[in-house]
Order: sequence, then C-alpha cells, then structure tokens
Amino acid sequence: MNMLIYLIPIALFMGGLGLFGFLWSLKNGQYDDLEGASWRILDDEDEKMPRP
Amino acid sequence: MTCCTMDAEGVLSLSSNAISAEEALLASQPLGSGLRQSDFSVPGAHCGACISTIEKALTRLPYVKSARVNLTAKRVSCVWYEEMDGKPVNPAGILSAITACGYHAHLFTADLSDDDRVRNQLLLAVGVSGFAAANIMLLSVSIWSGAEAATRDMFHWISAMIAAPTLIYAGRFFYQSAWNALKHGRTNMDVPISLAVTLSYSMSLWETIHHGEHAWFDASVSLLFFLLIGRTLDHVMRDKARAAITGLARLAPRGALLINPDGSKRYAPVDEINVGDLIAVPAGERIPVDATVVAGQSEVDLSIVTGESTPMAVSTGAELKSGAMNLMGSLTIRAAATAKNSLLAEIIGLMEAAEGGRARYRRIADRAASYYSPAVHLLALISFLGWGLIGGDWKQAVLVAVAVLIITCPCALGLAVPVVQVVAAGTLFRRGIMVKDGSAMERLAEIDMVVFDKTGTLTMGRPRLAHRTDAGAYELAVAAGLAAHSRHPLSQALLREAGLHALAFDAVKEIPGAGLEAGTGNGIYRLGNAAFACPERPRGAQQSEAFSEVVLTKDGIELARFYFEDTLRPGADGTIKSVARQGLAVVVMSGDRECVVEATAKTLEIDRWLAGLTPRGKMEECERLGKLGHRILMVGDGINDAPALSVAHVSMAPATAADVGRQAADLVFLHDSLEAVPEAISVSRRAARFIRQNFALAIGYNIIAVPIAIAGYATPLVAAVAMSTSSLIVVANALRLNDRAKLAGRRHPARNTKRSTVGVVSL
Repeated sequence: MNMLIYLIPIALFMGGLGLFGFLWSLKNGQYDDLEGASWRILDDEDEKMPRP
Repeated sequence: MTCCTMDAEGVLSLSSNAISAEEALLASQPLGSGLRQSDFSVPGAHCGACISTIEKALTRLPYVKSARVNLTAKRVSCVWYEEMDGKPVNPAGILSAITACGYHAHLFTADLSDDDRVRNQLLLAVGVSGFAAANIMLLSVSIWSGAEAATRDMFHWISAMIAAPTLIYAGRFFYQSAWNALKHGRTNMDVPISLAVTLSYSMSLWETIHHGEHAWFDASVSLLFFLLIGRTLDHVMRDKARAAITGLARLAPRGALLINPDGSKRYAPVDEINVGDLIAVPAGERIPVDATVVAGQSEVDLSIVTGESTPMAVSTGAELKSGAMNLMGSLTIRAAATAKNSLLAEIIGLMEAAEGGRARYRRIADRAASYYSPAVHLLALISFLGWGLIGGDWKQAVLVAVAVLIITCPCALGLAVPVVQVVAAGTLFRRGIMVKDGSAMERLAEIDMVVFDKTGTLTMGRPRLAHRTDAGAYELAVAAGLAAHSRHPLSQALLREAGLHALAFDAVKEIPGAGLEAGTGNGIYRLGNAAFACPERPRGAQQSEAFSEVVLTKDGIELARFYFEDTLRPGADGTIKSVARQGLAVVVMSGDRECVVEATAKTLEIDRWLAGLTPRGKMEECERLGKLGHRILMVGDGINDAPALSVAHVSMAPATAADVGRQAADLVFLHDSLEAVPEAISVSRRAARFIRQNFALAIGYNIIAVPIAIAGYATPLVAAVAMSTSSLIVVANALRLNDRAKLAGRRHPARNTKRSTVGVVSL
C-alpha cells in the first residue's frame, strides 16, 4: 500500500497538468474561433498570420 | 475561392453602400502608438477561402498592420496605422477592400461583451468540475472494488479535499441563482441542485470523519459537472442573441456633413445635429435625421424604411425620413428633428416596448422546473420524516433523503433541453439558418400563422425587366447605353438585361427625379419617366401600376417602353405551398402600395394581404393577431418590419435585411432562398418532439430510481451509475436528431450541395 503515497500525488499532478493546459488554452483564446481554426489548418501557404 | 465569390452584379449593387472616412474613423478604437483597430462584421464569410481572401486583401493594403478573420463570429478585426508618410490614412479603404473581394461588410463597434466573460467562466467551471469528477471517481472506484479501513478513509479524505474547492468554485452559479430565487420567495431548478450538492457533501464529510463506509463526493461533483455542461450549452445558444438596440446604432448613420452658416462644411456625429441645421447628403448616403429638402433634386430609396419598392423622386420642400438612401444627386437638407426624435429613434422605442412582451415567454425548461422542484423537495422531506418517524434512525433518514435528492437531481432534465437545441441549431446552421436563442426554436415549434413582408422578403427588392413594347435589340442597346451612366436601380436592371450589347454614349446627363439625356449627332435620346421623355405627348395607355415604367425617346418620339417588376425571391412559390402544407395560415403585410402587393399576393396565391402599413401599423396588426390567439412567425427585412419582428411570437429575417431587422429577428437565413422558412419550422418541430421525449425519459428514469432511493438501497455506486446513465441516454437521444437530419439531407442531394458550402457547426 506504500506505493499509494507516490501514485496518488502523481495521478493528481497529471490530472492537474491537464486542467492547467485547458485553462491556459482558454485564456489564450484558443476557443475563440473554432470554426476558423478548422479551415486554417487546410491553408497551404506558410504566410504568418499575426494576431491583431 | 469558388464557393463564395459574388458576381459582378452583386458587387455593383453594394457599391452604393460606401462608408465615408469620417464614419469609419468614428467607429474605430485607438490602440496607442499610432495604431487603431476597426472591426467589421462580414456575414458572408463562411469557409477557409473566405478567410484567406479577406486577410490577404487587407494585409496587402500598405497601412494595415494585421487583419484576422473570426469565422465563428463572422467578424474581421483589422489593426492599421493612423498615419502613412505623414498623411492621415483613410480607413474606409479597408471596407472597400473587403467589398472588392465580394463580401458585404458592416462597421462593427467592438465591445468585449459581458456574454463572452460569462461563457469563459462557465467553460472554466466545466473544466474544473470535470477534473475533480474524474479524480474523485477514480478514487471511488478503488473504494467500491474493496479498499478497506485506513485506505478507504484516506481516499475519502482526498476526495473531500478535491471536492470542497470545486463545489465552491464551480457550484457558485447554482448557489447564486438558487439564493436569488429563494430571496424572492420562489424556487427554481437550482434550489434542489444546491441543496443536494451541499447536503451530500456535508453528509459525506460527516461519514468520513466517523470512518463510515459510504461517501457521496463523486456523486455531488459529477452532478455539478453534468449540470454545468447543460448550463454552458444553454449559454452558448443564448450568446448568439445580441441586443437589438446595439445593432440599430450601427445602421443609423454615425455622422453627417453639417453646413455652417459661413458655408464651410464640418463632419459631426449625428447627436450634435439640431433642428434647423443644414446638412449635405451626397449620393449613396443615408439620410441621418428626419429632414426637409432645401436644395437639390434626387431620388431616394425608401424600401428599407417603408417597404415602398419604387424609388421616390424628391425636390425642394420634400420631407425625408431618416434611414432612406439618397440614390442620385446630392441634396441639401434641413434637419426637422434631432436624431433622438427621428424615425429610427421612434422605431427603437417601439422595439424596446415590444421586447418586454417577448420576455414574458417562459422557456420549457423553466416551466418543467416549476413543477419538478417542489415535487422533489416534498419527496425528500417525506422520506426523511418517514424513515425518521417509522424507523427511528434519524441518521439513516438523512442519508435516504440525500439519496433521494441526488438521484432525482435534474441532471437529465438540465441536459434534456439544451442538448437538443444545440444539435438542432447545428443542423440549421449547416443549412444556412442561424438561430439566436434556444427559446426561439421552442417558440417556432408552436406557431400557427406565418406573416411575410413583401419588399425584400417575398421579393428581392431588385427590379427586373418584365416586358417591353416596340423594343428590339437595337432599342434595348440604346437604352442600356444610357442606363450605364446611372446608378438608379431601374437603370441597372436594364443594363443587366442588355448584357454586353449596350451602346456607348459620351455625354449623358442625369436629371434627378426624371431620367437620363444624351445629345448625339442623330438627335437627343432620353430615357426616363414618361413626363420627361416625351413631354409633348401625355402618357399612353397605362399598363398597370404594379409595374415601374421607363420610356425611351429620340427627339421626343417614343421608341420603346420598358416595364419592370420586382423579382420574386427564389423558392418563394414552393415556400408558400409547403408552409400551407404544414397547416399554417399565410398573410402578407407590406408598406408598399396596394396594387403592387396585390400583384405579388396573386402570383403566390395568397388570399390574405395588407398593404400600405406603417411600422406601427404592422406591429399593431401583429399584436392584434396575437391577442386573437394566433402565434405568429413574422418574416421581414426592413426597418419598418423591426417592431413587428420584435412583437411577433417568433421572427425570421434574411441576411440581406437591414441591421435592425436582423437584430430584431430570432432566426436569420443566409441563403437567398425562402425555403429556409419551412425548413426551420420542421426542424424546430422535430426538436420540440425530441425535447418531449427527453423529458419523458428523464421522468421515466425517476419513476424507476426514486423508489430504490426511498427504500434505502441507493448506495453511492447505484446513485452514480443511475445518474450518469440517465444523462447519457438523454444526450444519445438528442444526437438522433442529427442522424435524421443527415438522412433528410441525403434525400435531396441537389439542395444539399448548396448547403454544404455553409461550413461547419459553430459552437
């Protein structure tokens, strides 16, 4: 049962990492234009599209 | 770049909507360090090609720093330098660059809306509660599979520590709303939710402290998770509904060219216009306030203001309503009212009054909650008292009451409506119909009467050459050659008809309110109304007032007469038939003249029509029909329809509508075809059926689960399984709506190809 001491914090930490990733992407505006993103990936040109 | 370019004709008709530099500047926001940001709404953008076309066209402009299209919001934000080589930049160039790519674009005053913030908060809460639910559930699985004594206690404690902040952070939406309801002496769906969550957490904590066997942490957190999903979906649906009033501000001209007493001109915001001020209105601009013409001659397009389809000739002394478009010559007008007292302002007032009426509609979910939540509380109370009084074990009684509350907690009910509405809205969106609000779909499913506006709705508001007398190819070519020099809608219709065969004329004079004149070696050609073209001879036999007439003469001798009629919107005929087949009454309400409306109604075989209605008249007629017990779907596009659109039970507008009309409408369709109307009706009726099914499923589940909980057999495991299953069943049922829609789409491959260009669901 001793391994639980390690495993539970590790599990929580990894879950927390996922949560942090989600929060970061939300704050970063990744969900602002879901529809546009699905089209932009098909754009062949490597032109940089700066964010306004 | 094939799916969405407009033809040259479309671009031509847009060019009259050009916006002045001052107006564009007024609408932009300074970003500091010489940069400004302008936002435009581009309703036509819908695919990857649109993104790259617009962005490339804009970044190619030297003064544009960056441009980004947001396809979900159908908006372009553009950052540009205020000055280029020491000269101020003309931001109207950005708008014309978008227009030149073939898109309709409007200035948009960007404000980071409150809705966006709430949406993000809800998404955050979903994320947090999802994280907590997953982790607690993992720990709970270990307990259910046999963790004992100290291990179980530790798992319980860890669960408690994860659950506590989650309940406070993610549960606050429910607590606040429940507290609000209780404070006002009501209950709503959030009261049992808050009660169940709080009670189950405190009971579990109590159990954990006393080394008990069962704890409900998983149930209370996953409950929140499911409910928040429903709440978020619901919010995303409503998010699309923007206040009608902000849209109005965008349609009304922002400023006007004031003429000072000393003759100099100054561009001023409309708010600064006083009664008696002189204003210059160049061709192609909208009239800023109600006014009288002081000098100049022109024709104004009233179609968006009154529904009148033929342009009206104006000269000195004529009265103008704000919002009308000046088509030909420049005018000098004297303001007869301030912006606050103009027609547009009056319409805002009418709409504000009407909005209150629609707010009275209670959404199905709320109506269900009003029955559900007292019943649940009563049930929990009865089982608590029952177990306590009969069994004598009050701790057990509390446990059972908590179990009842958790099992009956309206997870499935909370999801039942929003999931169906979001799926249905996605289906409609793929067919080019945007739904602003979930309740709009509920209301649409209930209608029994459809009211159509004429100009711009049943017809396109774009004249077409109906027939001509005495005119061969040569006369048509002459007429088109003259017409090429004018932006009058009738001239453009002639030009379209003639195509490339137009003759070239050098010196063509446009006489506002009359027509065109060209002097050549052969003689003087005139094209225009009969009084102008052949002044000696009074007009001949009048064909019908339903047609607009243009006469071509050479030295006063009539060569040809052309008759124009408004083009019917594609699919209008089929739409009226299928609407009637759906068992709905059809009425036409128009501000246009009686004979024109009658002709259209006859063509479409509609028996009931009303003509010459003012905006207030339309609204009152809709109210009257509503009082008679009819539930009306109003389909309209103009400024004059806006009050009626807000007062009707539910309303639809084409994307080409005036901004006001679009903002007032609950549904907006992007394609030209009017078939969107019956389609939207049938999808919402199907959605209503699925919502009823979902309610039946959720209630059926309760009928099975509640006795188990009351009998005291609902361990945390049973509660968790039952709760999740019911939610999943409801979601799965809602997804069936999507399947059906796909099947229906496959059955009409021809129509489907057109729809597929609209793009992916935006949610």
